[in-house]
Amino acid sequence: MVRPQFSQLDEAGRLRHFLTTEGLCRETLTDILDTAESFAAVGKRAVKKVPLLRGKTVVNLFFEPSTRTLTTFELAAKRLSADVMNINLRRSATVKGESLLDTLRTLEAMHCDMFVVRHASSGAAHFIARNVAPHISVMNGGDGRHAHPSQALIDVFTLRRHKPDFSKLRVAIVGDIAHSRVARSQINTLLTLGVREVRIVAPRTLLPPVPEALGAKVCLSLEEGLRDVDAVMMLRIQHERIQGPLLPSIHEYFQCYGLTEKKLAVARPDAIVMHPGPLNRGVEIDSEVADGPRSVILQQVSHGIAIRMAVMSMILGRRNGVEEPG
Amino acid sequence: MATVIRGGRLVDPANGVDEITDLYIDKGRIAALGTAPDNGQPDAEIDAGGLVVCPGLIDLNARLREPGEEHKATIASESRAAASAGITTLCVPPDTEPVVDTQAVVELIHRRADDAGMARVEVLGALTAGLEGERLAEMAALQQAGCVGVSNGLRPVANTEVMRRAMEYASTFGLGVFLHAQDTWLAKDRYMHGGSVSGRLGIGGIPETAETVAVARDLLLLEQTGARGHFSHLSSARAVTMIAEARARGLAVSAGVSAHQLHLTEDDVAGFDSQCHACPPLRTAHDLKGLRAGVQSGVIQAICSAHQPHEKDAKLDPFALTEPGISALETLLPLALALHHEEGMGLSELLAALTIKPATIIGVERGSFGVGAVADICIFDPDARWVLEEDAMLSQGRNTPFLGQPLRGRVMHTLLGGRTVYPWVD
Repeated sequence: MVRPQFSQLDEAGRLRHFLTTEGLCRETLTDILDTAESFAAVGKRAVKKVPLLRGKTVVNLFFEPSTRTLTTFELAAKRLSADVMNINLRRSATVKGESLLDTLRTLEAMHCDMFVVRHASSGAAHFIARNVAPHISVMNGGDGRHAHPSQALIDVFTLRRHKPDFSKLRVAIVGDIAHSRVARSQINTLLTLGVREVRIVAPRTLLPPVPEALGAKVCLSLEEGLRDVDAVMMLRIQHERIQGPLLPSIHEYFQCYGLTEKKLAVARPDAIVMHPGPLNRGVEIDSEVADGPRSVILQQVSHGIAIRMAVMSMILGRRNGVEEPG
Repeated sequence: MATVIRGGRLVDPANGVDEITDLYIDKGRIAALGTAPDNGQPDAEIDAGGLVVCPGLIDLNARLREPGEEHKATIASESRAAASAGITTLCVPPDTEPVVDTQAVVELIHRRADDAGMARVEVLGALTAGLEGERLAEMAALQQAGCVGVSNGLRPVANTEVMRRAMEYASTFGLGVFLHAQDTWLAKDRYMHGGSVSGRLGIGGIPETAETVAVARDLLLLEQTGARGHFSHLSSARAVTMIAEARARGLAVSAGVSAHQLHLTEDDVAGFDSQCHACPPLRTAHDLKGLRAGVQSGVIQAICSAHQPHEKDAKLDPFALTEPGISALETLLPLALALHHEEGMGLSELLAALTIKPATIIGVERGSFGVGAVADICIFDPDARWVLEEDAMLSQGRNTPFLGQPLRGRVMHTLLGGRTVYPWVD
C-alpha cells in the first residue's frame, strides 16, 4: 500500500521542522554544519547575542527530565534573541491525564513559533509536528529510541573540525545501539556525509533485530570494531540494561566493551574519542581515556549551542525572510 | 413472504454450486435454486444481474466493544456496519468489560444483538476466569448459555500448565479453543514487528518468534490434550508452515488470518502511522506472501476482519502509546477479494474461507445454500471500484489505514434470515 509520508521539509526542500537526520541530503547537513561554524564565534564575544530571532518565541517542551540538553537549547534560543519558555511536562498537565494533544492546543494558543520536544516515546516529535498548528515548527530534542538529530550533528561537527575529509574516515559507534536515539541519528548523518565506513560495536543483546538495516558494518568485538578507526563515538549504558536480561554485569560489560587506553591501541594513532554525555566512568569508558589527550568530549559540549542556533535560525530565520549570517 | 433473487452468479462453496441462476427464499429459508418451488409465486424480487450471490459472510474475529467500551463501539453500531459489508454472522471474543465468563454477559450480548437485528452474533466464552490465565472459567455454563467456543481473547495464557488444563477441560465438553498465539514475554512492552523497520524507528519489536513459539507450544498441547484448536489470526509465514505440518499429522487444528494482514506490512508503519499499529503486528512482505499462500492452499480456513474499532483519541498519540487494532468490518470483503483479483484464486474457494469453513469451525449450520438452510445472503459486485471515506463509514471506529484507498468489490445487498438488512429502506 502506498500512502503519503509526512515530511520535515517544505516544498522547496528546506527545513520546516527538524525531526530526524534520516532522509536529509548532504547539502542540508553541510549547510547546518557551516552555519554552526559561523555561530561558534558568537559565544566567545563579549556580547553573546545576535538579533536573528528577535520577537520569536521558542518553547522547550520536555516530557523527559534533562538538564544539559534543555540548557543548551535555551541558551541557543536566547543567543538568537528569541523569547524562551521552558515547560517541564513530566510534572504538569500530562501527568494529570490531559492528553498530549490538549497540551499542544493550549500552548499553540500562546502564539509560539517553535516547540523543542523531548519525549520518551519514539515518533513523538513526528506526531507533534503532524498535529501542531501550521505556524509552529518542531525541533526534535530526542524521541524515545528513535532520533536525536541535533546531538548527532554536534558529534559530526566536532569530528569535522578534527578530520575534515570524511571520505577517508572510519568511525566506530560503540555501546547500546538498540536503545540509542543518538546512534541512529549519528549513523544516518555520517553515511550521508560520505564517511568511508561506519561500524557499530555491541553485544548482540544491544543491537536491533536487523542491525544491517541501519546501514553500518556490524562488529561484535571491540577489537575488531576499533581497528584502524579515525574516531570512536561511545554511547552511554543505562543502568536498567543490567537489571533486565540484556547484560550480566557492569563489570563484564566494561571488560568486553569498555574503552581503555589499552584497547584503543588498535585504532589509528590520531584517533579521537567522543561521548554525547553524561559519562558513566568505569562502565563504558575509562577515566584515563575520557580525560586523555584523544578525548574531545568537552569540545562536543561547547558545540551544542552553535548547532542548535544553526538549526533554529535556519527554520525560523528563513520563515521570517531573514537570512542566516554568511 | 417469498423472495426471488434473480439472475445472479450463485456461488455456494458448500455445495459446489457456481452458476448463473435464480435463488428462491421462503419463510426465511432457502426454498429452491433454479426453478421456482411449487407453492406459488414470490412476492418480492431482487435483481442480481451481474452480481455474485453467496451465503452471508461469517467473521470469526470481531470486537464489538459492548459491554464496557461503548465509547469505542456498540453491538448496534457494529452489526449495522457488518450488514453493509455482507457479514451476517459475527463471532465475538470474550475480552469485553466485564469479560464473558458468566452466563449473564453471554445473554446480554445475545439480547443486544437481537434488538439490533442486523447480524447474528456468536460469542466465545472465557477460557480462564476474568481472562487472568490462572483459574478455569465455567466453560460448561458458558456453553449452556450458547457460547460456540472458548478463548482468552488477546491475553495469552502464559502459564503452560494452566493452558494444558484449560484445553483438557474445554475438550471435555467438545468446546473449540480459539487462540491468540503470542508469547507473553517476547511481546511484552513491544509494539510492532521486530525487524529492519522497528530498528530504524527505535520502536520495541515483537519478534516473529513471539508467534511461532506460542504456536509450537499450543500445537503440542493440543496434540497432548486432544482439544480442538483454532488460531484466530496468524501473522507469520512460519506459523502457516507449522499449522500445515500439524494438520498433515492429523491434528484437529484450524487457522484464520485477518484480511488486512494480506495487504499491510511493517513498511506501512515507517512513518509512525498509528493506524497501522495492529495486533498481531504487521510483518514482512515475505510473511504477507506466506499468509496469502496459506489461504490459497487451504491451510488457513478462515479470513476474518480482526475488527478492533477505537474512538479517535485512541490513535492520537506517539505510536507506542496508541491502542492497537484496525476497524475492519467494512473492508473485509474487498480486501479478501484481492486474492481472487490479484492471485487468481477461484472465487468459490475464496468465499469458502468467508462462509462454510468458518461456519464449520464454530459449528453453526450456516454458510450454505442447501434447501432449507437459513437465508443469510450476501450479494456483491466483485469488480465495483470505490474509495473508503471516513464520513461514509458505519462502524463507530474509523481507525483504518485504508481511508482514502481504492478498493475493489462492493456489497450491494444483504439478507438476514430472508429479510433485507442492507440497503436500508427508511
